[in-house]
Amino acid sequence: MKNSLGRVESVLVLGGTSDIATATVEALIGRGTRRVVLAGRDRGRLNQRAETLRALGAEVDVHEFEALDFDAHVGVIDSVWDQHGDIDLVLLAVGALGHPDTDERDPGAVVDVIGTGFTGAASVGVATAERMRTQGHGTIVVLSSVAGERVRRANFVYGSTKAGLDGFFLGLGESLRGTGVHVMVVRPGFVHTAMTAGMKPAPLAVGPERVAADIVRGLERGSELVWSPPTMRPLMSVMRHIPRAVFRRLPI
Amino acid sequence: MAHEGRETNLPGTLDDEVLTGWAGTAPTRATRWRPSTIGDVERHLARPWSRGIIARGLGRSYGDAAQNAGGHVVDLTGLEHLDGAGIDEGVIACDAGTSLATIMASTIPRGWFPLVIPGTRFVTVGGAIAADIHGKYRHGSFASSVVDARLVTTTGDALTIGPTADAATRPGGREKAAWAATVGGMGLTGVVTNARLRLHPIETAWLTVDTERCHDIDDCMARMLDRDDRYRYSVAWIDTMARGRNLGRAVLERANHSTRAELDSARATRPLDYVVHPEVNAPPWFPDGLVNRVTIKAFNELWFRKAPRESLAHLRSIVSFFHPLDRVIGWNRVYGHRGFLQYQFVVPYGAEAVVRRALDRFSAVAAPCFLAVLKRFESASDGLMSFPMPGWTLTVDVPTSLGGLAELLDDLDAEVVAAGGRVYLAKDSRLDRAMLPDMYPRFAEWREIQAGLDPRRTMQSDLDRRLGMVDRKETS
Repeated sequence: MKNSLGRVESVLVLGGTSDIATATVEALIGRGTRRVVLAGRDRGRLNQRAETLRALGAEVDVHEFEALDFDAHVGVIDSVWDQHGDIDLVLLAVGALGHPDTDERDPGAVVDVIGTGFTGAASVGVATAERMRTQGHGTIVVLSSVAGERVRRANFVYGSTKAGLDGFFLGLGESLRGTGVHVMVVRPGFVHTAMTAGMKPAPLAVGPERVAADIVRGLERGSELVWSPPTMRPLMSVMRHIPRAVFRRLPI
Repeated sequence: MAHEGRETNLPGTLDDEVLTGWAGTAPTRATRWRPSTIGDVERHLARPWSRGIIARGLGRSYGDAAQNAGGHVVDLTGLEHLDGAGIDEGVIACDAGTSLATIMASTIPRGWFPLVIPGTRFVTVGGAIAADIHGKYRHGSFASSVVDARLVTTTGDALTIGPTADAATRPGGREKAAWAATVGGMGLTGVVTNARLRLHPIETAWLTVDTERCHDIDDCMARMLDRDDRYRYSVAWIDTMARGRNLGRAVLERANHSTRAELDSARATRPLDYVVHPEVNAPPWFPDGLVNRVTIKAFNELWFRKAPRESLAHLRSIVSFFHPLDRVIGWNRVYGHRGFLQYQFVVPYGAEAVVRRALDRFSAVAAPCFLAVLKRFESASDGLMSFPMPGWTLTVDVPTSLGGLAELLDDLDAEVVAAGGRVYLAKDSRLDRAMLPDMYPRFAEWREIQAGLDPRRTMQSDLDRRLGMVDRKETS
């Protein structure tokens, strides 16, 4: 059960191998989280992450979860709840960056990126929200991205996926008012992770620990929207208003 | 949307609501059931109640004691039948939903006063028993004022419980154990539906108050130990923002019920007139951050300077002495949307250093706290999970937005438990559950009795979920 200072006892990570999610769970364990469930598709890597988190003193379990297998989502969520009881916080960290240079001409690849990061996330997010409605409390933390705030030519498949995800979960959060369930959308900028390895860092690039710290602070404050780092907010506010003719000439 | 597990065909009303305690933190949704009669509770409490049920009164517990996420809360506040037939012997019978405000309005004009009243009169008798509340009277907690009570359990039984021989002589001997587990048991043994309370005779509705300023915490404690025995009520209001040599500067207020001879002629004509000025409503919304270091420092300074250096035998009304905050309805909203928490601990005599260090810690981080309250207890209670024990009890309100608050309170918990003390569950919203058995040494005994009274573990609350109070190992 959560406490008055934003601490949570149990956490489920969907996309359990995400670097940002791992850093966040590490921070939460340091603040009293005792039960963790990691769900994802790569069992080997999930087990590695689980070992790291167990070393910090948490009870960690691993579950099978494939974002593109939409029909299985309700079953996955039900089995997590049935085995572990109430879950205070669900960290939704599913997403695929794809291959920006080639995906835009490959319908199958586009469907995979959008299916994972939008359709899959929305489907498992709604399944989660239904369980949380029944338990009368809970927080869903969604990893969105500033890439969805102003979609760029360079990665528009990923960017538009995040734009959809962001809008969907802000809306879901509104629909859950009065149910005891809270949604927090997180918009990190460029984060140095396995997913972005080898890419040229954008301005204000941060490490996953920084995003984790911003998430923890958002939980303490009961925020609905978190920018990481917070300076991303004014920066993106400017970006959003740059005319397209100028925007396409920017070296970003 | 209709929620899974919501009970149907219940008499009374059902409403889905997001609930918090008085401090406005950790909201969860539950279905509030308002039964139409006490009999409804007896007839229906033995239902399976998916995700359980807990009684809720006027919601004055600061934390999550009267919340039950995804389950039901049974609200008895509509049921406040008062039976004054025994008033001449100083006993009043009432439904558990009756508030102390209602009782006081009825008994004071007849020359009787509740034995124990807390810092607000807007609490129900049921809640007062569940939390085994206390007040400025240091010789007993609410338990000491209960003649007997009726406990409805989830097995469908209705037991008469109480500390007296009358209850103990009933067959089975369960009633006395059930009493010890229920008073201070945070509502987890069942639902108390009725109680009989012992009252204290008074000649007037006034208090004769002595007020003195104490220049620091040591001075304050010394004065309390020295002369408390002359007063029925004693409380010290501490300026938590004072630092250095002023650490713990305080205003000590001690009082006795006034005798008729002490009243001036105007008041003496109607000595038992219970004066309650109409309350005012706090605005519906306050900006976040209104309670900050500047505003609180100014408030506390003003308040300290306003108090007389020493004033003896000053007549004050019951509301002014006991319930100053009750004059503003919804004062808890002043902390903004993130709410606050009230940290209250007790440590035995001899552990004065813990009180001093706690004040030191709050003062060092310049925590923007309104006045803290220091009181004393001279006895423990019957309740296995009751808070009071002989010693010092300190209460501090802190906005939850204060940076590093979680760690600061964890540190204080460790000091409190090392000194043999405990924190008060009716105020708690953040304790580490590992602390519970050390703070409450009779916890294991309480769990066993609780399990006997509620074998299917239907009584549930968020407090219970957060601290793992009820033993769920054998069932589920």
